[in-house]
Amino acid sequence: MSAVIDIRDLRKSFRGHLGIGSHVAVDGLTLAVEPGEIFGLLGPNGAGKTTTLKMLLALVRPDAGTVRLFGRPPKDVAARARLGFLPENPYFYDYLTAVEFLDLYGRLHGLDAATRKRRIEAAIERVGLKGREGTPLRKFSKGMVQRVGLAQAIQHDPELVILDEPMSGLDPVGRREVRDLILALKAQGKTIFFSSHILQDAEMICDRVAILFKGKLRAQGRLDDLMSPDAKWVEVTVRGPVPAGITGERRLNPDGTTLLTLPGFDALAPVVSAVTAAGGTIAGVWPRRESLEDLFLREIGRAQVEEHVS
Amino acid sequence: MKAIAAVALNTFREAIRDRVLYLILAVALVVVGGSRFVAMLTVGSEIKIVKDLGLAAISLFGLLIAVFVGVSLVSKEIERRTVYTLLAQPVARWQFVAGKYAGLLLVLASNVLVVGSAVLAAVAVMGEPPWVLVPAIALILVELAVVAAFAVLFSSFTNPILAAVGTVAVYVTGHLSWSFDLLKKRVAAGLARSLCDGLHAVLPNLDRLDLKAEAVHGAAIPAGTFAAAAAYGAFYALAVVVLACVVFERREFA
Repeated sequence: MSAVIDIRDLRKSFRGHLGIGSHVAVDGLTLAVEPGEIFGLLGPNGAGKTTTLKMLLALVRPDAGTVRLFGRPPKDVAARARLGFLPENPYFYDYLTAVEFLDLYGRLHGLDAATRKRRIEAAIERVGLKGREGTPLRKFSKGMVQRVGLAQAIQHDPELVILDEPMSGLDPVGRREVRDLILALKAQGKTIFFSSHILQDAEMICDRVAILFKGKLRAQGRLDDLMSPDAKWVEVTVRGPVPAGITGERRLNPDGTTLLTLPGFDALAPVVSAVTAAGGTIAGVWPRRESLEDLFLREIGRAQVEEHVS
Repeated sequence: MKAIAAVALNTFREAIRDRVLYLILAVALVVVGGSRFVAMLTVGSEIKIVKDLGLAAISLFGLLIAVFVGVSLVSKEIERRTVYTLLAQPVARWQFVAGKYAGLLLVLASNVLVVGSAVLAAVAVMGEPPWVLVPAIALILVELAVVAAFAVLFSSFTNPILAAVGTVAVYVTGHLSWSFDLLKKRVAAGLARSLCDGLHAVLPNLDRLDLKAEAVHGAAIPAGTFAAAAAYGAFYALAVVVLACVVFERREFA
């Protein structure tokens, strides 16, 4: 199957104030998003994530390179008919009620009145705004605006959903609901492309990620491939006496247990026998993998070093 | 077409939910209603003064709406970033501009309809057939359409203040179109005269759309004159809106 989003050697720079100077926002980005996957575009603020999304939506023209949505240029109305989009910190027409707002976007997709009514009800239900249909958006909290924005992005049943920082500004419950919604969309066979700087959320749901820093792609691939699947270290909680001679860091927990940090699984067996022999018990064993955050910081650190050297 | 209609409806909805519109409308109706009392205080034909003030009210308050609503029509969507989600929908940029303009026209037409009906009623109450005013009122709407097109054009690339200045400048010079002709005869051939020619050719001749004096004095307006003036205004407005679409097409929303 061909890629849903195909970006090749994309470049964009913006001129500074009064045309003086320029800064490169996106610098030679190439990536492809396959059907049915959740793809996370990650990077710190100012990495070029939003600019990339804007080029995907033909809001900004690339200086060079190509963007294809379903094999078509983003200017093509037919390509945009197949996607839903939620911008960062969305702001919508605040003089409209939630239903009027969704109705407007349903009309823009050419849905007839009966379909709009049905889809709006379903979307409102899905994002948890039932009972607020008639409230003007002016009276909505930030989280509720985000929800109605999500409803707008999915109500026409698009094949591709593009979300710009969908979890920023949400409380933990809201973030979880957005995560669940994204996973549910994937279960329906949709493709989700989102940008985020909240790595935990991305780590939990992404099939693949791309890490962007200062407009350049630093890493791209499946999370499992990017992060070594082997445990980097193993944490063991011991209840009772801890025999001397165990290598690795140890820390006393407030509940009286001891947390041992071992360099790997190989070191586990001798520790278990030593602890048991000394009359203690193993209360827990946690293999620790590299987190997305580790990877992220490593890549960005490397980028900064490279920059410094050059 | 559906997309244009959806944007137009939303624009209309935004305008009619703004209290400023009702304030303008209320003041316009007060002027029309009060014109009879003003007429009593002045020397001359009372009915002429009612007609005069009435037509002026339709024109002036229509102009206020065209400028106030028009100049931020596109720029507000960009500033508030509502344009991002809108243009991510299957809506071409020209459809967005056309829809915004159509919505504004709908607002202006509603306003002309309400205030115009009040003027016609006031004239009828005084015992004169009001219908002689209809062609003049229709051309006021055409004139407003031209002014609104400029407001949308300016709004598509600049901020509301500059857009308002530009729109009002076009309105004023549009009514001073004859002065370029006059000026041309007085300046020596060369750059200045070419400039006069250029401005005369490019700026709208809004006096062509002004049949208020004829209507007030009950002069017959030939159908041909009316149709030619209406067509002139309509084509002019269309050309300016097309230009606005071209400008907007090239914009980036960084």
